[in-house]
Amino acid sequence: MKGLRNYLSRIKPNFMPGGKYSKLQSVFEGFESFLFTPNTTSASGVSIHDSNDSKRTMTVVIVSLIPCLLFGMYNIGYQHYLAIGNAGAGFWEMFLYGLAALLPTIVVSYVVGLGIEFIGAQIRHHEIQEGFLVTGLLIPLICPINTPLWMIAVATAFAVIFAKEIFGGTGMNIFNVALITRAFLFFAYPAKMSGDAAFVATEPILGLGEGTVVDAFSGATPLGQIATATTANPQITNIVGEPISTLDAFLGLIPGSVGETSTLCILIGAFILLFTGTASWKIMLSAFVGGLFMGWIANTFPSATYPASSLSPIDQVCLGGFAFAAVFMATDPVTGARTEVGKYIYGFLIGVIAILIRVYNSGYPEGAMLAVLLMNAFAPLIDYFVVQSNIKRRLKRAKTNN
Amino acid sequence: MAEIKIKKGLNLNLEGAIADTTVTDAKCTTFAVIPDDFTGIVPRLDAKEGASVAAGDVLYHDKTHPEVKVTSPVAGRVAAVVRGERRKIEAIVIEADGSGKTRRFDTSADARELLLESGLWCAMRQRPYDIVPDPAVKPRDIFITAFDSAPLAPDFALLLKGKEMYLQKGIEVLASLTAGDVYLGCSPEWVPEVKGCNVNTFAGPHPAGNAGVQIANVKPVNKGETVWTLDAVTAARIGELFSTGAVPFDTIVAVTGESVKRPHYARCTMGCSISSLLGNDVDDPDNCRIVSGNLLTGSHVAADGYLRFPYRQVSVITEVANPADFLGWASLSPRRFSIYHSFTRWLLGRGKPARFDAKINGGERAIIMSGEYDRMLPMDILGEYLIKAIIAFDIDKMEQLGIYEVAPEDFALCEFADTSKLPLQKIVREGLDKLYKEMN
Repeated sequence: MKGLRNYLSRIKPNFMPGGKYSKLQSVFEGFESFLFTPNTTSASGVSIHDSNDSKRTMTVVIVSLIPCLLFGMYNIGYQHYLAIGNAGAGFWEMFLYGLAALLPTIVVSYVVGLGIEFIGAQIRHHEIQEGFLVTGLLIPLICPINTPLWMIAVATAFAVIFAKEIFGGTGMNIFNVALITRAFLFFAYPAKMSGDAAFVATEPILGLGEGTVVDAFSGATPLGQIATATTANPQITNIVGEPISTLDAFLGLIPGSVGETSTLCILIGAFILLFTGTASWKIMLSAFVGGLFMGWIANTFPSATYPASSLSPIDQVCLGGFAFAAVFMATDPVTGARTEVGKYIYGFLIGVIAILIRVYNSGYPEGAMLAVLLMNAFAPLIDYFVVQSNIKRRLKRAKTNN
Repeated sequence: MAEIKIKKGLNLNLEGAIADTTVTDAKCTTFAVIPDDFTGIVPRLDAKEGASVAAGDVLYHDKTHPEVKVTSPVAGRVAAVVRGERRKIEAIVIEADGSGKTRRFDTSADARELLLESGLWCAMRQRPYDIVPDPAVKPRDIFITAFDSAPLAPDFALLLKGKEMYLQKGIEVLASLTAGDVYLGCSPEWVPEVKGCNVNTFAGPHPAGNAGVQIANVKPVNKGETVWTLDAVTAARIGELFSTGAVPFDTIVAVTGESVKRPHYARCTMGCSISSLLGNDVDDPDNCRIVSGNLLTGSHVAADGYLRFPYRQVSVITEVANPADFLGWASLSPRRFSIYHSFTRWLLGRGKPARFDAKINGGERAIIMSGEYDRMLPMDILGEYLIKAIIAFDIDKMEQLGIYEVAPEDFALCEFADTSKLPLQKIVREGLDKLYKEMN
């Protein structure tokens, strides 16, 4: 490693102001600090620091997404082979198909997003910040697998520029960048983002998964089926018309956005986030409590007008993007509530609103994304009241003393 | 006596603790007084270069309050007045002459006058602003801390051994200076037997020993109020001055840290040279960081520097342990300490002392993680919001969020744990200084 360190030190002057490649200073420093922890020592204040830094924090989030990512790849293949009537295909066949289907999306998301981040960092003469490492992986996980790559590129660029860079970069954004990407796609290209054709890859990729789709095929997600149902108690089925149980929804072999289907894998991710102390258990817990609570209310007063009210609270949190949003989106510390009391309120309202939109607004089969974005907007207000209560307590104390 | 439990915070178990509590004598001939240690005082020099001084003679006084004086800890000759930019006095170096001449004070004088004249006034601090107390203001209460919870800190029971009667006398003197109460904050392990003050014990992790934390959990400072803070060692010095008529400038220093070959206690005089305390007792002297004080709040000093206020501890660690730390952010090594379980250190359990170098282990970022400061700040203060208000210098917000209750040291653990690697103590210090200028 000494050789690499020496090589970097040797070429470094080229990237400094005045050097040949000074326009790439931020990029160079980004890679240098990625390879070797900077030797900066504290100039004032404490002489010792915790080992945790922003890179580590983001790495932990990425690790916690890996179960969802791998399962998502497998599920893409599983749904594909199910659709072409070859459910008996091998594990690796399915996984490789999913890998081939998803990899381009991941690459596009990272290349577009990081490219913009690099440029933004250089314009501001900042270090490259790590936030997009997580966002770049979240985007493929929350989009339908059939989203065209150019749409991913456009939406990512829009989100990174308008939801993040213009606010000042990582740590300054108001809305969750990955969700802005998703919302942009959802509102700009609604036809591609919902319905039968979005969630199951049916075309062969690189010679993998040749075959024609069976007659019984319908690619609608369970929540999509419910939103368009006309009966009071609709039966939800998988893509070839077999009924889906709560266990299927929990394990995740159902159609849906890539990373959101398996509640089990999401819970593994949640465990990693909570055990390492990276995400707030207060937000996560209260989001699930809010979702179960609203699901219970809807289910206690079922209505034929709103077929989703027939789902049990457990189904509500296992289906669709609810669990993924509660674990990975709501807990984004930058866009969420930052006060400890505020986190309970913020999480709870995300849970409630997600199910509220899902059940009582038949225009949107899923409400988790909109709930998180809405609460992103309200998080500063929640924090404002918590901070005000601290201020009032202090004022009251001063008054009683004098 | 109230028992108060502190839940937030962190006890750092570091390598380099003192095993043998024998106190050895350190010999030293050059001493220095560093004006930066006495925050809030703008020095006006009284003892010019070359002047002879006795221990207790005035070196300089404050520009706005000329009665506030800083005195020489030792008899000798003013060898140098080191000046920095804009002729700011950085150090007053005194060459000891070995005569041991000591200025005697009249103990029947007014307590306030005597404290000011002897220089011991400057060993106290006031909240708000964490500065040397304003002599024109009578404090609401006085808070004495009788333990130090910082990493590798010396044991107050040892520092005050045989000085209990002076501590008692000091408390009596201080009680005469406030209309309110004198509070003594002790650890549950050692509670000195004293009368005439409110004794509270604080159980829990660092920063339980900080004056700010103790005040916040007993009787917080409100806007318009002033309290004084000092440690029990200073209180005992005050008692000794009023008993004997001379200021005791001797002190016991804990020489600690993983780079010290033989961590030990040393008896010396305030302001002595660091080299007299460390000698050749340091591993890798070219790559070490010497801190006068503890590793969280102490002043970074050079090897030829001097012992700084509060004169109780010197810590030495490696400056950069691993200059080519490949993919450090991905490390699974249990040697890396973190409050997060994303590092594997928790596998070793809490008993194993940690090693640190002076690296900040990352790059400075915007505040991303939430609740980090709250975990380390056992006060009813929203740390992150206060820090942001200070950075924006929004005076109203700072007041509302409790700026008058805090000192930089209260944010030391937050700074240690901060993923964004912000210099929080510096931010708070500069905020307090700017606010003081604005308000006075």
